[in-house]
Order: sequence, then structure tokens, then C-alpha cells
Amino acid sequence: MAEFKPTRTAYGETLKKLGDADPNVIVCDADLTQATMTKFFAAAHPDQFYNFGIAEANMMAASAGLAHCGYTVFASTFAVFGAGRAFEQVRNTICYTKANVKLGLSHAGLSVGEDGGSHQAIEDIALMRSLPNMTVLAPCDACEMEKAVYAAAKINGPVSIRTCRLATEIVTTPETPFEVGKAVVLREGSDAAIIACGIEVPEAIHAAETLAAEGIQVRIVDMHTIKPLDEEAIHAAAKECGAIVTAEEHTIYGGLGSAVAEVLADNSHVPFERIGIKDRFGQSGAPKLLAAEYGLDAAAIADAVRRVVARKG
Amino acid sequence: MDQNLTELARQIRSDIADEIFAAKSGHPGGSFSCVEILMALYFGGVANVDPQNPQWPERDRIVLSKGHAAPALYAVLANKGYFPRKDLTTLRKFGSYLQGHPDMKKVPGVDASTGSLGQGMSFSVGYALAGKRPGRHFNVYTITGDGESQEGIIWEAAMAAAHYHLDNLTVFLDHNRLQIDGPNEKVMNIEDIVAKYAAFNWETFVVDGHDIDAIVEACKAPRCGKPRFICCNTIKGKGVSFMENQAAWHGKAFNEEEYKIVKADLGV
Repeated sequence: MAEFKPTRTAYGETLKKLGDADPNVIVCDADLTQATMTKFFAAAHPDQFYNFGIAEANMMAASAGLAHCGYTVFASTFAVFGAGRAFEQVRNTICYTKANVKLGLSHAGLSVGEDGGSHQAIEDIALMRSLPNMTVLAPCDACEMEKAVYAAAKINGPVSIRTCRLATEIVTTPETPFEVGKAVVLREGSDAAIIACGIEVPEAIHAAETLAAEGIQVRIVDMHTIKPLDEEAIHAAAKECGAIVTAEEHTIYGGLGSAVAEVLADNSHVPFERIGIKDRFGQSGAPKLLAAEYGLDAAAIADAVRRVVARKG
Repeated sequence: MDQNLTELARQIRSDIADEIFAAKSGHPGGSFSCVEILMALYFGGVANVDPQNPQWPERDRIVLSKGHAAPALYAVLANKGYFPRKDLTTLRKFGSYLQGHPDMKKVPGVDASTGSLGQGMSFSVGYALAGKRPGRHFNVYTITGDGESQEGIIWEAAMAAAHYHLDNLTVFLDHNRLQIDGPNEKVMNIEDIVAKYAAFNWETFVVDGHDIDAIVEACKAPRCGKPRFICCNTIKGKGVSFMENQAAWHGKAFNEEEYKIVKADLGV
């Protein structure tokens, strides 16, 4: 039986464990501890926790100041505020100074659901990817999130970590390898490859299961690190599978799909499609209905794979 | 005021003029207005810093939040011995570590990369929080501008500093009352800014921003559990006849003739 858990919960639980082991880990939040799940850390390590109130810009720049005094700082808020509202603080105080600050950007994507388009970040990957010195992580499930948070803490510099509100299927195991900048092949196949990140990875796996029944064997590449991008894994997928579909819960402009397209355009020309949000904002609704409406679910991914396979000729 | 400090202030303004004249761009008005504030910190016995060890972890932090006054900060740092004075005229040039706005990754003695207004104040709140963590005891001194005070993040930071009782944080306002587009009250009135900080539960002082002794005295007053705001009434372009109180001299360099007048006015 499949197990479901939100990646934000794994983020919060792992922060708490990091704090247990290291008094130099500091967590900041902006009045969203119940949502970003920093509440676990705040309860266990109140002296290592700062609530900045509803003032994300100040939280980001102050986090940079803290970090430059030798602390490892996790600044947590919704992706729409952390990457959007506070973008320029992230740019100038965190990335420009290479501050040891990790951004925990929660409630990314349409899977936020009922809160609606104002709170569903669809552009955070594009924004964070554009910044020099920034490492960008979008883990696929709660199990991988734990490894990602530990790995981020070991990097001396800015890292953004994308987390989601919805309980999603756990598709990796504690034994699944995790290395920043190194994609994980979760399923082998040579007819096409789906390169996915975040909670689109479980959807991609379901699409692959459907397609296998039709005789199409699909490789699933879990691209948990958007930057630095694992170009080798992309070239290998192009060469060995001959057709590629990317899948992300993000606008098709500037995110994973764009990043993969940039690599393919340089070197490997294969049939290619991007699954993502097609230049529109989200809206209120159950996550499942939104995924269907915006073409992000397993069925939409499977359709895209059928099209690229047909184009292989 | 100590005669040596008066002489040094003249020297520092002359250095600023050399920097900006060589760079052919920069911000003279607001650099000249904050000279004595910086001098109080570095030469008035206020800040606990060591030019031989600029990365000393327990040093006091000094943040020039109004980063466009970089020429003033660089001149003070050079005269304090952080780097050679002769490097000052590389300001803004390709390959120089003296960037147009302060860069903490490049310049010894610069504690925060600033220039995007308001952010240095917020960065300072992070420093002040760190200065109160277990085993740490350093102070933070931050210089803001009055045009800068129109940024919302200034007030987010002011709220946080009072909330966390950051009495190791001192914020100066270089209150020359002018910004690029003109007088503050015409561009966007900041009204009674001392009352605003008091309302945010800061301890407030008002001093003559060109009187180093007065600034030092306000800095050394006993701490009372609150962050400290020192409103320094200053003159934009202080010391140069054609620049004083002229918003037009916010952000342009002198031509050869003007440069000579600057030097003559300063008596160097």
C-alpha cells in the first residue's frame, strides 16, 4: 500500500533533527510555522528560532546577517512570498554575498489547492534558478526531502528547497541515493524518458505504469536538483531513449522544462515536450481537479509521452 | 572637537573628492554628509574593530545601509589602515575591489554588501541577533539615509529590532533632508522620523551630525534594553560651497574646475 506524506512535513521534521545535533542551526519563519512545519523545530529549539512576523523581506536580509556570523540559517515561508515578494532581498543579501541561508519555500504549485491562485507559486523555480550562487532543489517526496535538507545544510551557501502542502505518494526509499546535482533514475526504459521534479515524479511513475501496459517502456529521471543541472543524465536520456518529456508543477517558462530544453538545444535534438502550467495562474479547487484542468496529472503526462514516441519515426 | 579629528575630516573629504573625480561618477553629496558619523565610529573610540583582522568574528559590525555613500566609507577605512589610500582612486574601475557600492566579499572592513536601500538595516538586525547569541557580545552600528527611510523594509527591521530588544544595535540617520529628486518633504515626506522610531519603541537621540563629540556621547550613553536611533542633522555636500544643501549633487562627479573649487574649499 502506497504511503502518502507532504514534503513540507518532512522538511519540518528534518529541521528539528538538524537542530538536535547542531546548536549553530537557526530557523526563521514569517508567521507560518504551522504551515511550513517549522513548528517542530520552534518547539524543540526555541532559542535557535526567530519568528519575524509577516515581514518576509526583513526575514531574508536578517537571515543573511545571521548567516554571516557563522550560523546555518533556514528561512522558511510560502514560495510565493520567499521567492516572489522577497526576491530582491534574496538576490542582494543572500546570493550576492553568498550567505549560508537555505530558503524553505513551501506551498509551491497548484497542489496548494483551495487557497487559490494568489498563494500557488508557479514561478519560484524560474526566479531562484536565475540567481548566481543559488542551488535549487525540488525533491520528489517526503523521503527524498529528508536527504535534501541534510544535504542543503552541508552546502556552505544559498540553497532553495521547494516543498508542497499536499500529502503525496512516497516513491523513493531510504536506500535511494541522493546527491545534489545528480539525477536519480527511478525506473528504467528506453522508448522515452520523463524528466520530472517535485510531486510530478509520482505522477510520472503512474504514467509509466500505464504506458508499460501499452508496450512503451519509459525511463523516469527524478531531477531533484534544478541547479546545478545534471546535464549528463539529460544527454544520456536523449541518446538512450530518443524522446523526452519534462514534468513540473510550475510554469513552462523558466523552470525544469526550460532548463532541460536549454541543454537539449545545445547538443541533442530529440522529440521533446514540456508538461507544466501553460502561462496562466492557478485557482481554487481540489488539487486532483486542478492537476487535471492544468494538464499536470499522470494521464496528461502519458499523452505527451505517446506524442513524442510517435514523432521518433 | 579634537584638532586632529578636524584635520582628519578634511583629509577624508579630500580623499572622497579624489575618488569621485577619478571615477568620473559617484555620490558626493551624501558621502560628504556622513563623514563625521563614520569618523565617530572608527576614530572616536566607539566601534571595537581591528583593521589588522577585519574578519575577527567578535568585532563590532558597521553597516553603511545608504551604500551609495561608499566613497566616504572607503576613505575612512583606508585612513584607518584597512587598505592602502592609494587604492582609493581605483573606485568604480574595472578590476578594482572598490565597487560602486560596498561589497563585503571584496573590501576588507566592509561588513555588509549594500546599495539596495533598506536592506542594510535589515541585515543589521540579523547581525544584532547574532551578537546576542550565546557566547557572543558584539555591537552593530548602521548608517541609514533619510530618502532610504521611505523603504518599507526599514520599518519591518525597526519593528523586529524592538521586538527582540536589540540594545546592541545603533542606527544613525544621516538627516541631510535631500534625495535625488529633491527635498524629502516634496518627494515623499518622512515627517517626524524621530517620533516614528520612538513609536516603534526605540531609544532616540538628536545630535549635530557634524559634531563627532556629540555623536560619540550619544553612542556611549548607557544601554536601556532598546535599540538606539541617533538622528544626525547633517548638511548634504558639507564643506563645499557649491554642493551644500544641493540635491543636484546627490549623484554626479565634479569636472576639473569644480574639483579645484572642492579642494580650495576644503583647504587642501
